[in-house]
Amino acid sequence: MATLSYSHIIHNGLWGNNPNLVQILGMCPLLATTTNAVNGLGMGLATTLVLFGSNIVISLIRDYVSSEIRIPIFVLIIASFVTIVDLSMNAYVNDLYKMLGIYIPLIVVNCIIIGRAEAFASKHGILTSAMDGLAMGFGTTLVLTTLGAIRELVGNGTLFSQVHMMFGDGARGLTLALPENFHPALVGILPPGAFIGLALLIALKNAFDMRTFRVSVDTQKVVTR
Amino acid sequence: MKQWRVNVRFLIPSNELVHTMVQAAWLLGIFGAVGTAALVLTYTMTKERIEINARVPLMRSLQQVVSNDRYDNEITTDTLEVYDSSLRSSGPVTVYRARKGGAPAAVVFTAVASDGYGGNIKLLIGINVDGTISGVRVISHKETPGLGDKIEIDRSPWITKFSGRSLRDPETEDWAVKKDGGTFDQFSGATITPRAVVSAIKRALQYYEIHRNMLFSPLPLLRP
Repeated sequence: MATLSYSHIIHNGLWGNNPNLVQILGMCPLLATTTNAVNGLGMGLATTLVLFGSNIVISLIRDYVSSEIRIPIFVLIIASFVTIVDLSMNAYVNDLYKMLGIYIPLIVVNCIIIGRAEAFASKHGILTSAMDGLAMGFGTTLVLTTLGAIRELVGNGTLFSQVHMMFGDGARGLTLALPENFHPALVGILPPGAFIGLALLIALKNAFDMRTFRVSVDTQKVVTR
Repeated sequence: MKQWRVNVRFLIPSNELVHTMVQAAWLLGIFGAVGTAALVLTYTMTKERIEINARVPLMRSLQQVVSNDRYDNEITTDTLEVYDSSLRSSGPVTVYRARKGGAPAAVVFTAVASDGYGGNIKLLIGINVDGTISGVRVISHKETPGLGDKIEIDRSPWITKFSGRSLRDPETEDWAVKKDGGTFDQFSGATITPRAVVSAIKRALQYYEIHRNMLFSPLPLLRP
């Protein structure tokens, strides 16, 4: 097994192999919870916490679990972490918890987490797996927050309008609001806006890659001389 | 008689297979136990805060419908569950009873209007002892943002127009939206939503008129 450098892992998680924009995983929470920036941020952080914890534990036990029962064991571990996060959010960030609602328990079936467990954590050391969990988690948090911000600006004319749910009433000053003559396009916060926004983000990322790295994003293409 | 020859030896697992299965069973059991222990720990640590969190929004909503100074009892526990088909609720309706000095002051119905445009609209309807409305608030709904969501207090003061009204003001036939021949405004582009809210309030008022005496008994025990 090749030793992966930490910078490679971080770049992978945030950009090169971004769970939402490249692997196209975790679409359900991405499209459903990004009606505003803070919801996206909260969702991303909750997912990162679970990803971090489950990657570490699965990496710890990887030598003791036979391959026949690895999937049930992974799901057991992931579900335990999700329940812990769910109870903690209910207790400490109750407003945000109520806004995210059913999507917190749904983190259990988020393909990013079981995907990393199977593809990475069960095959690498603890520190490496922890880094990967954090990197992938922050990668999806970035996309969730960005899409949430775009949709909130277009569909509501505000930014960070729910920031007090995460950081308390003292943070209300961080909320932005566009001037009165801006008429928000309702489609932004409705489901079609999510799909359109996501497509734009993927397209932007690919365009950026093609320009900057002169890399073709079609990995099937073989360059022959 | 025909002889049946069936090789059942494959049904009896070999020693190593049994060993693998038993080992797997142990592992699953151990992980299940450890996971459960972690959850029990988290649950006990967060239980109290979760209960407090559940009470605070309820108190806040009740305060908007019946102000604090009008009662001195523990309103969140002084409740009654009513079952009545006239209320058209999908489950029992919780009635919070407000008392001042032991005397009835107001009741608050947690009504659920199931005929909203997007589904259930959960309401708190406060009714004073004399049958007038002390206040109405929408607690949760699935109405269209920008159209039906004007029933929320944050979006529009429409819901405050019900305060002080009763079954005499307006008369029973006028307890409807203007489009249905009543006196209450609907929203341009959204009639179903305000219609559902108005009907739910009307039903609560009618229920109160019939059952007002029952609602405040049993009276709380007087302290010695």
